[in-house]
Amino acid sequence: MTTIDLGLPGLAGVPTTDEPQKAKDYKSDQEVRWCPGCGDYVVLNAVQSFLPSLGLRRENIVFISGIGCSSRFPYYMNTYGMHSIHGRAPAIATGLATARPDLSVWVVTGDGDALSIGGNHLIHTLRRNVNLKILLFNNRIYGLTKGQYSPTSEPGKVTKSTPMGSLDYPFNPVSLALGAEATFVGRALDSDRAGLTEVLRQAAEHRGSALVEIYQNCPIFNDGAFDVLKEAGEAERRLIPLEHGKPIRFGAEGEYGVIRSGFGSLAVAKVSEVGADALVVHDSHTEDPSYAFALSRLSTQDLSHTVTGVFRSVSRPTYDDQARAQVDDAKATRPADLDTLLRGKDTWTVIA
Amino acid sequence: MSTGVDGGTAATGTPRAAAVTKLDRVVIRFAGDSGDGMQLTGDRFTSEAAAFGNDLSTMPNFPAEIRAPQGTIPGVSSFQVHFADYDILTPGDRPDVLVAMNPAALKANIADLPAGGTLIVNTDEFVKRNLTKVGYAVNPLEDDSLAAYQVHQVAMATITQGALADTGLGKKDAERCKNMFALGLLSWMYHRPTEGTERFLREKFAKKPDIAEANVLAFRAGFYYGETTEAFAVTYEVAPAKLAPGTYRQITGNTALAYGIVAAAQQSKLPVLLGTYPITPASDILHELSKYKQFGITTFQAEDEIAGICAALGASYGGALGVTSTSGPGVALKSETIGLGVMTELPLLVIDVQRGGPSTGLPTKTEQADLLQAMFGRNGESPVPIVAPQSPADCFAAAIEATHIALKYRTPVLLLSDGAVANGSEPWLIPDAADLPDLTVEFATEPNSPDGSTFWPYLRDPETLARAWAVPGTPGLQHRIGGLEKADGTGNISYEPDNHDRMVRLRQAKIDNIPVPDLAVDDPTGKARVLVLGWGSSYGPIGAACRRVRKLGHSVAQAHLRNLNPFPANLGDVLRSYDKVVVPEMNLGQLALLLRGKYLVDVVSYTKVAGLPFKAEELQNVLTDIVKGVDAG
Repeated sequence: MTTIDLGLPGLAGVPTTDEPQKAKDYKSDQEVRWCPGCGDYVVLNAVQSFLPSLGLRRENIVFISGIGCSSRFPYYMNTYGMHSIHGRAPAIATGLATARPDLSVWVVTGDGDALSIGGNHLIHTLRRNVNLKILLFNNRIYGLTKGQYSPTSEPGKVTKSTPMGSLDYPFNPVSLALGAEATFVGRALDSDRAGLTEVLRQAAEHRGSALVEIYQNCPIFNDGAFDVLKEAGEAERRLIPLEHGKPIRFGAEGEYGVIRSGFGSLAVAKVSEVGADALVVHDSHTEDPSYAFALSRLSTQDLSHTVTGVFRSVSRPTYDDQARAQVDDAKATRPADLDTLLRGKDTWTVIA
Repeated sequence: MSTGVDGGTAATGTPRAAAVTKLDRVVIRFAGDSGDGMQLTGDRFTSEAAAFGNDLSTMPNFPAEIRAPQGTIPGVSSFQVHFADYDILTPGDRPDVLVAMNPAALKANIADLPAGGTLIVNTDEFVKRNLTKVGYAVNPLEDDSLAAYQVHQVAMATITQGALADTGLGKKDAERCKNMFALGLLSWMYHRPTEGTERFLREKFAKKPDIAEANVLAFRAGFYYGETTEAFAVTYEVAPAKLAPGTYRQITGNTALAYGIVAAAQQSKLPVLLGTYPITPASDILHELSKYKQFGITTFQAEDEIAGICAALGASYGGALGVTSTSGPGVALKSETIGLGVMTELPLLVIDVQRGGPSTGLPTKTEQADLLQAMFGRNGESPVPIVAPQSPADCFAAAIEATHIALKYRTPVLLLSDGAVANGSEPWLIPDAADLPDLTVEFATEPNSPDGSTFWPYLRDPETLARAWAVPGTPGLQHRIGGLEKADGTGNISYEPDNHDRMVRLRQAKIDNIPVPDLAVDDPTGKARVLVLGWGSSYGPIGAACRRVRKLGHSVAQAHLRNLNPFPANLGDVLRSYDKVVVPEMNLGQLALLLRGKYLVDVVSYTKVAGLPFKAEELQNVLTDIVKGVDAG
């Protein structure tokens, strides 16, 4: 085993191995207990297949989760892991990531866990830019408590707790993360293995907080919530995949694109009407989060337009790196003698 | 002036020089508006007493509002310091000297000053507007309402402004130095050393040398005022105390607690992560520890109480010493994470500096009403060890002891301090770092399953019942933990009924079996039939009360609980060996409830929940009545 610099800033300091790894090395001996057909299986497989490509030592990877269906994830990973309490995984991971620069720390959470009970920890983790990767499984429903509406459910949704329809206006998780000035924000579909893997790869390489929203189907309580994004004929005109440095263009024939419109906002247009030169060229490194925010607002959450890929990836010092630097600096410049500390400045002596 | 109420010898009253009276102890209370700098003034006088070698004990008392309306009763802030030539136990029931900087301070405090006491007032503030504000129809300095006291009227603001006239400082800035004038005057009256205060002022205002010099000038002006005017005929001397040999310093409870954590970090060779959220009266622990990064201490000011403790637990999971500090309302928010710490069996130090409750309660006042919250305030059977320091200096050793238990038994530990201990101060016999206990722990490095092939996170040490602590990064020991019930040994999720029953009992047994020192009983005559049993910060007033009861010729035994969970093994026997056990508490009888429930001993619960420490006199009366009753019966 060796420690080599892979040139991936997000993983700097995490020991690597030159032993080849396979997906099965990341499967724990625990039986996976999600419902048949749950989107979580697909994400689990994608993560287990993707992690070997990072070449990290498995013992230096930690998955921390909160409460909910998706939060069972760590039990199925043959890494270190903690299944914690509802909404608090980002806070626990913050302590772990700050204490241990040699770990690759991942948070697995859901729309209820991250955006309801844990909303506060999520936004504060993102603004601090702690070096951890947050996988937010969004199925727009509460699964583990059996079918109540969630903070991402569509208005009017009829559920067990809202027989006359939900009154809540939903969060757009990507907009929320960008509002907190997250340095990395991406989105993928559970069914799009290649797209998901690419976003995960970029998230892992990013140094700082990375939020990845994963649209995930709940076959029991919200089945088909994202079907329009998966059906041939529908998906092409709704999904807007992002690629850094490329014009934002979509549709079965590439007939649609994204153009600038009004005060800093963006709009969808027919390329035949505006011309290819008018299309916005995606720059995920744009410092001003307004650009990525505008991308996240191309439609309401009715899925008429769903942007996928990496919205934003910018560089900002991380909380944990800076906290460790302060400790290192203090150790290098200030004496750490306990007796001196305890004595302080003013003492007196009583003689026997 | 002194009556030796703390149990020491009475004043000798023999003047060494014409104008010097010797005293064995004095209690001074500085009282003024919140913005008058009374806490600083009291703190400086305390430092002078410490530097002089007196024993001392202090009690700050301030409003929760940072600046309540000026000149009003709610805005009064005070600082009481008790210093003596012998070992004292409390900040004193009543002041011998009251310094009142304005009418509100006089009105709020005069009832505590015994007849014959010395009253020093700043007359400049006794104007109609200020008098009306607090309901004085007539200026009390001009009628005979203060005839019972030795009153000294000093125009402190006017004299201070005069002394600073040549400094070029504005009138308002000059007036603000009047607290240092008062300090100077009291320093002269009690023959206090002055170098320390002048040095302190120059350091405190190092960036504003003109302000520093103005304060030093005001301080000296007060000193010279006493020396040159004939208003004060007598000065007083309180000789250094004959304490146990060694080197001492003055220390507050919160500082001692922070030092205890620094020491625990050093003795365990672990980095510390303090995850916390500011809350009165615990914030000073954060402030203090944030200065000691060179000792490997990271302080994380989280977005809320929950995130604070979660970050601490996450750090513990990673092999650091996780610490969180808060007060009662914060403990309520942290309860679920303490439960996760109990379930995941990770070390975690939870500091609760108790304050008046419930809810926001009395943020700046003291109380002992979180004992049952610490003991039971979580869902399920969720036992945690509890350690309570008995005085400000004792916080150092208590922090080390609590950390030792947390690390050795892999458990959250609750450290129950309170506002009186946290903000009060006393001399501390400084320990030698070389004499501190070794707190090192061993992380798991090898598979431990019976067949030697894998790591079982919930395999226990047969003696301590602590599970192995394998930190991420250790090859071959990858495992998952969490809040769901674990199978005994393997740690896999288990919903099996018998396993849950066994795990609940194992977690309880682990805490119940932690060895704690036997309870020591202080009974000088060996004939006492009444035992007083306290816990936490009431040690001082209970001890002082026992001294008084014994001086009256009665026998009374005293014992004090430091370990509230588990209790000392001999506690039941001790309780049963007295005719009566009196348990004074600043709550409605929480320890009494635990004692009755566990030992079936019908203890006498004496309670008071006034936001202030017990007075020695009050406990003396309670104990004397009970002792007399038992002896008569």
